[in-house]
Amino acid sequence: MNTSTITDISEAEQGTSLWRDAWLRLRRNRLAVFGLAVLLVFVIIAILTPWIAPYGYAQQQLAVGATPPSAAHWLGTDIFGRDLLTQIMYGGRVSLAVGFIATAVALVIGITWGAVAGYVGGKVDAVMMRLVDILYALPFMIFIVLLMVVFGRNMLLLFLAIGAVEWLTMARIMRSQVQTLRQQEFVEAAISLGLSPATIIRRHLVPNALGPIIVYTTLTIPSVMLLEAFLSFLGLGVQPPQTSWGLLISYGAETMEEYPWLLLYPGLALILTLFSLNFLGDGLRDALDVRSAKD
Amino acid sequence: MWRFIGFRVLQSIPVLLVVITVTFFLVRIAPGGPFSGEKAVIPEVKAALEAQYRLNLPMFEQYTAYLGDLARGDLGPSFKYPGRSVNELIAAGFPVTAELGLYALLVAIGIGAIAGVIAALRPNTAQDYVPMSVAMIGICVPSLLMGPILILVFGIYLEWLPVSGWGDMPGDKILPAITLGSTYAAYIARLSRAGMLEVMSQDYIRTARAKGLPEWRVVTGHALRGGMIPVVAFLGPAFAGLLSGSFVVETIFQIPGLGRFYVQAAFNRDYTMILGATVFLATLIVVFNLLSDILAAWMNPRLRSQFGD
Repeated sequence: MNTSTITDISEAEQGTSLWRDAWLRLRRNRLAVFGLAVLLVFVIIAILTPWIAPYGYAQQQLAVGATPPSAAHWLGTDIFGRDLLTQIMYGGRVSLAVGFIATAVALVIGITWGAVAGYVGGKVDAVMMRLVDILYALPFMIFIVLLMVVFGRNMLLLFLAIGAVEWLTMARIMRSQVQTLRQQEFVEAAISLGLSPATIIRRHLVPNALGPIIVYTTLTIPSVMLLEAFLSFLGLGVQPPQTSWGLLISYGAETMEEYPWLLLYPGLALILTLFSLNFLGDGLRDALDVRSAKD
Repeated sequence: MWRFIGFRVLQSIPVLLVVITVTFFLVRIAPGGPFSGEKAVIPEVKAALEAQYRLNLPMFEQYTAYLGDLARGDLGPSFKYPGRSVNELIAAGFPVTAELGLYALLVAIGIGAIAGVIAALRPNTAQDYVPMSVAMIGICVPSLLMGPILILVFGIYLEWLPVSGWGDMPGDKILPAITLGSTYAAYIARLSRAGMLEVMSQDYIRTARAKGLPEWRVVTGHALRGGMIPVVAFLGPAFAGLLSGSFVVETIFQIPGLGRFYVQAAFNRDYTMILGATVFLATLIVVFNLLSDILAAWMNPRLRSQFGD
């Protein structure tokens, strides 16, 4: 896809670090840059929402009712006369937060699990990775639905439940990285200096495996956000009075015949985010030259 | 080959046991008993009900008794619909879900594999970019959006197809099948493109060309089998995704399938139904993972030879 590596040689002669090189390559991938820009804008909007939202989150105007986009309400209003743009901004906070936090949970578990298995090796490795194999075969979607039913629908559990099922691939990637790195001299040097395994993993192994970790993280966030939308759509995820893009889409779908904009704009917000993350992930994979992180 | 199959079958047994055990205890520790809340029940009636559902026994005995029932294929009675067993509910819903899943799979493989092969034949040309861009859209538009959009366009604006139901009107199965299949069509297109690209650069393809075979014979006779291995290996996970995807699609199109029953059971806290359906779905998924692995191994001699035959 990205065939610009050769042109970077002149810069490499002046001493280009791995990260600078990757950034230069990423910058040439227009779709990836577009994705990065959209994401940055969305994240900034999500952070600033309480200050910049055009209307109050719970502000209803029952007399107004559902109106199509207008100058006063750029994206229209819902059946309670609530401003759709405001709803989408607050919903985006939740959807993005689930995406980032649940992915962070998955990262921590996956990296620790994979690094320990790969570093210790032997029987410990065999047992740990066999467990991952078994978990891989479980129908996780169904399990999350089950968890949400059993323990009630609260946000913290949603983060943890989604994070707890998305770490498996991360663990596999981390393990194979650590297994390769372990053979290298600088790790042997660290061992002979008497550093503890925990320090070696933290200071030497994880930083050297950052490429695949970053790529896989970027590709995990969209699947986590999809999972949240899926659960909220079924009524098993985010609950009112809070809202998320999945929930807004589910409301929008109910009244799409009369008020199509209520489906259109939350849907566009979700699709645009998913596109951006996927483009950025693909771009990063090419830029950092990571293989077999996906597909 | 037989050793490989035996190994994979043995590997599936602990998976199923874990599923059954975890689900059973999760459901049992769920807050709120099935008969608490709604209205005061006479103690004798409550005792009789608890005996019927074996809730009067210690937890571990309930578990072993449930395993015993499962071994006989009995999933127990439903909490919510007294007098109906979980088996009956599954028997009513599953054929619908299976039919929907089958059509969706046909959509996914049909469109996906053709698009992927076409793209791989001329990589980095319009013939590659167009189908792959469409595939990217398919991946990024989830079924919960695809369904309503298709309904709006083909059902409401164009009035070409019915927008809900299953088998009530001609053509009402088309939109659900496309909705459920679209994401997987996109993944299969990407996988088959990658698989074909890899195979097309192999020596045996060059040999086939050197023999003077026409290009279409090289593709259909030689490249397809190897190029489709990633797709076949993906079928297992895709099957699991189709089953959980049917939750959303059956809800959108009001299809009386197992997915909709499952979501309703989740809302009704019909614990025996949830437990039974989870065990049933998990078993199906494990079996399909197994079949897809075996099929992929059968198509890929290198994988077979790892097991010494």
